Amino acid sequence: MTVALGEADMPMIRRRRISAVARGDRHPWTFYALATVFILYVAALYGPMICIYLLSFQDIRGGLVFPMKGHSLHWFIDLFTQVRTGDVKGSFDRSIKLAALVTVITLVVSLMAGLAFRRRFLGDTVVFYLMIGSLVAPGLVLGLGIGLLFQWIGISPSWYTSALGAQLSWTLPFGVLVMFAVMSRFNSAWEEAARDLGASRWQIIRLVVIPVLAPGLVAVALFGFTLSYDEFARTLQTAGSLNTLPLEIWSMTLNVTSPSLYALGTVTTIVSFIIIGACIGAIIVINKRRGMRATGH
Amino acid sequence: MQRPNLSAWLYVTPLMLVLVPFFLLPTLVVLVASFFETDGFGGLLPTLTLSNHVDVLTSAQTFLLYVTTLKFAILTWLFTLIIGFPVAYFLVFHVRSQLLAIGLFLICTIPFWTSNIIRMISWIPLLGKEGLVNSTLLGIGVIREPLEVLLYSGLAVVIAYVHQLTIFMVVPIFNSLARIDKRVVEAALDAGASRLDVMRYIIIPMSKSGIALGSTFVISIVMGDFFVVKVMSGGGSASVVSAFYENVGVLQYPAAAASAVLLTLVLIAMIALILRVVDIRREITQ
Repeated sequence: MTVALGEADMPMIRRRRISAVARGDRHPWTFYALATVFILYVAALYGPMICIYLLSFQDIRGGLVFPMKGHSLHWFIDLFTQVRTGDVKGSFDRSIKLAALVTVITLVVSLMAGLAFRRRFLGDTVVFYLMIGSLVAPGLVLGLGIGLLFQWIGISPSWYTSALGAQLSWTLPFGVLVMFAVMSRFNSAWEEAARDLGASRWQIIRLVVIPVLAPGLVAVALFGFTLSYDEFARTLQTAGSLNTLPLEIWSMTLNVTSPSLYALGTVTTIVSFIIIGACIGAIIVINKRRGMRATGH
Repeated sequence: MQRPNLSAWLYVTPLMLVLVPFFLLPTLVVLVASFFETDGFGGLLPTLTLSNHVDVLTSAQTFLLYVTTLKFAILTWLFTLIIGFPVAYFLVFHVRSQLLAIGLFLICTIPFWTSNIIRMISWIPLLGKEGLVNSTLLGIGVIREPLEVLLYSGLAVVIAYVHQLTIFMVVPIFNSLARIDKRVVEAALDAGASRLDVMRYIIIPMSKSGIALGSTFVISIVMGDFFVVKVMSGGGSASVVSAFYENVGVLQYPAAAASAVLLTLVLIAMIALILRVVDIRREITQ
């Protein structure tokens, strides 16, 4: 009896030790090992990028490697005034317009597809696998296909037709996947309540679905904009005669060997960061307002 | 039964209006073009032939390209998994404040929303002959002459891939780990399981779907890439797609299309193999 009791005590002691760990009294050694891995990962993720941002602020003597030679905005001015670096301003302009267009279409189409996929419907598997196929298809191959298709139909490719479609074939699967994640937390009881109260289908979407899903829709917009703004492989063969910004950067990597390449990297990353910051900020503000309303009532 | 189907198709129509003309039809066009002949000036002659496929399948160059590309794909997959899994595990199981976890997760994902090309060239000041790594190693006397293998080599290609693609491993694994009920782990520990047991019998089996999804992303991106190989190998290596792109450049569309068809088949086979582990549809939509 006593022996049995002693044995039964063992797990109790064990559990006490573990729950002490879980309460936060002491971190296990694995915490420190994994924290080190995490910190090294983040350092490797951002370190190289920070290097080129720093190097883009060198003066006219600057080269492609450290040490820094002086400080100036020379390479940024060079970027927008020199002809040999290509049509940076024009391509920048086109990229922003195209990304805005892609964002709007991605938002609307992803929302609608997300609503459709809440229930199973005839042929849903076909649509789903078409989407996954479009996501994993090699961009350059798809670009050739779109190029040949346009050639056969007799439409000349341009950034606002063939490249727009090519980019949508990339951003839409991402947008719909994000919508799946967002929709999984959508309670259909809210929708039913609205219907019981006499709301029309459009009213339900406008007054219930869109406000509830707002943070998720901002995330879809973020994906739409940034993926289009940086898209390269699918755009390469479909943009026609006028370049988008990533295509401009690509041709620069092949023939420009001055820090103006880094300066372009800095400029385009700043634009990305502004978009990312605005979207994350919007999501935080929406959630905070909701929290205040929830506690206020 | 009929009505809900109809409205679902109504909602999904805009998606299909993009996927059919910009994914399905172009893929079919490439398939058809692979059976055509070229007139040598970028035009296609609609005489059906198998010679493009025979050329691709019997060329020794094709075999070498696939060996190189598969080598890059497997190495990249291995490193992204080795780095991505602990990173995701740390975020889910070791960061206790949820707000901090979200913040750290965002820090990991932000580079995904910036330019891939810029992130690739950002290795030049580090790995170059006069780069930071070489000058540091020279400075502390580990090496006498700068290492040439750091940049414009296979090593640089793998580094650039891992740098770009680890996030594709982290996010799906993070999602699948976050779904694990922490009480299951506690119950196992209470029942006397060791940490290794918990890892082997709970964590890894339950994160299999995330690993499979991440692997699909990483492998399909590496297999379909050409610009990392082109820039980071300095012309030293070629991938399947860079050879394809050269064919397009000299207007050999049928030959390019035939190699694209082969690549697509190889990709489908690899992904099917990965997805035997997991029902991707159920994992994503649940």
